[in-house]
Amino acid sequence: MDYVLLTEQFLNGFQLGIILFLMAAGLTLVFGIMDLVNLAHGSMFMIGAFVGGTIAVVTGSFVIGVILMIPAMLIIGIVVEMTTLRTLYPRDHLDHVLATFGLILFFNEATRLIWGPEGLVVPLPDFLEGSVALGAITYPVYRIVIIVVGLLVALGLYVLVAKTRIGMLIRAGASNRTMAGALGVNIPLLFSVVFGIGAVLAGLAGLIITPITAAQIGMGEDVLILAFVVIVIGGIGSIRGAFIASIVTGVIDTMGRSFLDVFLLLFLPENAAESAGPALSSMMIYILMAAILFFRPQGLFPPKGAR
Amino acid sequence: MEARGLQKSFGGLTATDNLSLEATRGEIHAVIGPNGAGKTTFVHLLSGLLKPDGGEILFEGRDITRLSAPARVNQGLARSFQITSIFRDFTVLENVMLSVQAGQGHSFRFWKPAAKDESLRTPARELLEKVGLGERTDVVAGNLAHGEQRQLEIAISLATNPSFLLLDEPMAGMGPEESQGMIDFLKALKGDYTMLLIEHDMDAVFALADRITVLVYGKAIATGTPEEIRNDATVRAAYLGEETA
Amino acid sequence: MADLKSPANILTVIVIGLFAVVPFLAPALGEPFYVLVFARIMIWAIAAVSLNLIMGYGGMISFGHAVYLGIGGYAIGILSFHGINSAWIQWPAAIGACAVISLIFGAISLRTRGVYFIMITLALAQMLFFLSVSAERYGSDDGLNILSRSDFGVSFFSLEDNTTMYYTIFAFLLASVFISWKLVHSRFGVVMRATKSNETRVEAVGVSTYRYRLTAFVIAGVMCGIAGLLQANFERFVSPDMMNWPRSGELIFMVVLGGMSTLFGPVTGAFVFLMLSEILSTWTIHWHIIFGPFLVLVVIFARGGIHGLLTRGSDRE
Repeated sequence: MDYVLLTEQFLNGFQLGIILFLMAAGLTLVFGIMDLVNLAHGSMFMIGAFVGGTIAVVTGSFVIGVILMIPAMLIIGIVVEMTTLRTLYPRDHLDHVLATFGLILFFNEATRLIWGPEGLVVPLPDFLEGSVALGAITYPVYRIVIIVVGLLVALGLYVLVAKTRIGMLIRAGASNRTMAGALGVNIPLLFSVVFGIGAVLAGLAGLIITPITAAQIGMGEDVLILAFVVIVIGGIGSIRGAFIASIVTGVIDTMGRSFLDVFLLLFLPENAAESAGPALSSMMIYILMAAILFFRPQGLFPPKGAR
Repeated sequence: MEARGLQKSFGGLTATDNLSLEATRGEIHAVIGPNGAGKTTFVHLLSGLLKPDGGEILFEGRDITRLSAPARVNQGLARSFQITSIFRDFTVLENVMLSVQAGQGHSFRFWKPAAKDESLRTPARELLEKVGLGERTDVVAGNLAHGEQRQLEIAISLATNPSFLLLDEPMAGMGPEESQGMIDFLKALKGDYTMLLIEHDMDAVFALADRITVLVYGKAIATGTPEEIRNDATVRAAYLGEETA
Repeated sequence: MADLKSPANILTVIVIGLFAVVPFLAPALGEPFYVLVFARIMIWAIAAVSLNLIMGYGGMISFGHAVYLGIGGYAIGILSFHGINSAWIQWPAAIGACAVISLIFGAISLRTRGVYFIMITLALAQMLFFLSVSAERYGSDDGLNILSRSDFGVSFFSLEDNTTMYYTIFAFLLASVFISWKLVHSRFGVVMRATKSNETRVEAVGVSTYRYRLTAFVIAGVMCGIAGLLQANFERFVSPDMMNWPRSGELIFMVVLGGMSTLFGPVTGAFVFLMLSEILSTWTIHWHIIFGPFLVLVVIFARGGIHGLLTRGSDRE
């Protein structure tokens, strides 16, 4: 097997894993802390791409796009939380699913109205073009940047949740809402902020892949479903679980798509391998998820305290 | 019913520590103990919601340690819940009919309306008469008074036709008058069922129990007649003393 | 069902009556297009009734129910692609495929609860969606045309006749509501409803609920698969889109809009949902921008759905 291709696809998978993590981190926090099923998280991914992308195109600077996207998504996230989602916390999961499904329809259509059906192409800045040599392989600079940014965000998130006062409040709010409220924590504000942070992370994920894929309507939905798989595997509410499961899912999915047919050739005739390969590789992460659930119905890192 | 050397711990915390207990046929055996003594864990171990780390549970001579909760009920071991657990949107009669139905074998019957089935209605109605809810059969269970819900709770358990009743604080949340009613009711059942009574209410325990086991930190520190327990020095020190404090 | 003249029951009769007469009424009014619309509504209504069985009466929120539309549909499409048009082969194959797959999916997903169940049913359904997208032989994204409808091999009953097709769908819709009604009130249905209400208690009277939930899951999967095989026949077309996840979301909405845990609510829900989208989409192509917030408002303010509003105060199913 081609060693260079193998490494390259591994890195691509790792990069997909990073994107998934940025999505899953916000989702899993909102699940874990507010017990809210939020399908509209996929819309945040898309809005981040369009809003940040537009700023990048208008100002001519991708970096400015990324920087201004952060407060924009924070505000959008907080507005969505305060206008709609807040009324849903006391409701059951079914109501969450339906209302946020309605939000997706709205956001997709609003995006179509504002940006048109074609989507938005965002060029890469010159200094991120090109490739660098990593040992035997050459790899695009920009993909390396994505990986590095993602790892930094993961580290930052870990520090935020584990070491800071906000993180302590988040953890307190997650384990015992009434208690945290009694201690004088402003729970509604805390929830808004957590949701805002989740929106920023999702927006960041959407924006940083836009130079590769272009911004498209509904782009968040496939990623959202993959992020669900990640959360199920990792265990709801666990940032650590989300990180590990994201990388595993990203790598398995990407490697499967590239190498499964080659692998199948080892014990299947050629035409069978060629037709089964793509079909099976698109199912692989779901099979992985089913297998993990079979042995651990609460995921790899189940939340503390039975829910 | 016999528990032998039951062991259960959560993380580092031992909730049940080498606990052995025997309830002989027809007796009311009470289990008392201060909060955190492991009474709830013990109930879960006996009813099958939790599996012990060690030890075994024998029921009418058979080892039921590995059986699931529903399978134990089918062997004749019924339980009631400390926090009222009924079908709040079903009527009183429907609540009990479900239990009767469960006792009649599998429910993979897809066509005949269950509500009109006399083989379910008649036993359910008879039982409700017996527990004093005969006038309330058509009331939606969620609308019953608290005391009545507690009676229904027991009725649901009785309707499974058990030989053994595991009663988890049947007097929970009751006023003195309602408690007395429940005590009288359980007295009337005495002899027909073997009962293991987990209870906080000392008056009820001493009024009902043939024997009492005292649980402290997951260990049985004493077992005996109410008279023996009342006079037991270790019990007084560990438990009854605390009660008067 | 105590009061036959309750507003909900009157609505039920009106909707059924409308379904029954539309093939005559619509052409007479110069709107033959509405025969197609109503046939589609009835197909979705069957699927919604099947979802209501597990969601409304069993408390299992499946977010991947549309996958059985796809399986039922593709069973017809693929067999037809290979030149097998006999209904006596196609229909049992479609039903069998739905039964087997819902058994497997149910066995996996019913091990979990709550949010996990929602996400797993969604993910498993998307797995088959992506499988259908990657099946180049069967048209991938573009779907698969079906040249002729299922052939029963008898002269007096041919689905190629549009009126026969319409009333076949109508008959299956009535059957699905009737079967739901029988199921819900049977011993099996009592266990289902009790499990939704208080599962721990059901287990504590000696019923192991998993087998019952799984059985219900399979029944609902098969019923939805029948809607799928009808859809494939009616449209003469199947595509991955019929099992994509927004379809599952729409099914849930139909059930909730009409009134969850009511017998006829899902039918009313499908009717209102599809009529509304039909009307809104003639106003503007951006009708989702109205429809999305409408959905949110229904969730927040009209929890019992249409049948819930109509029966408020009186006893519910």
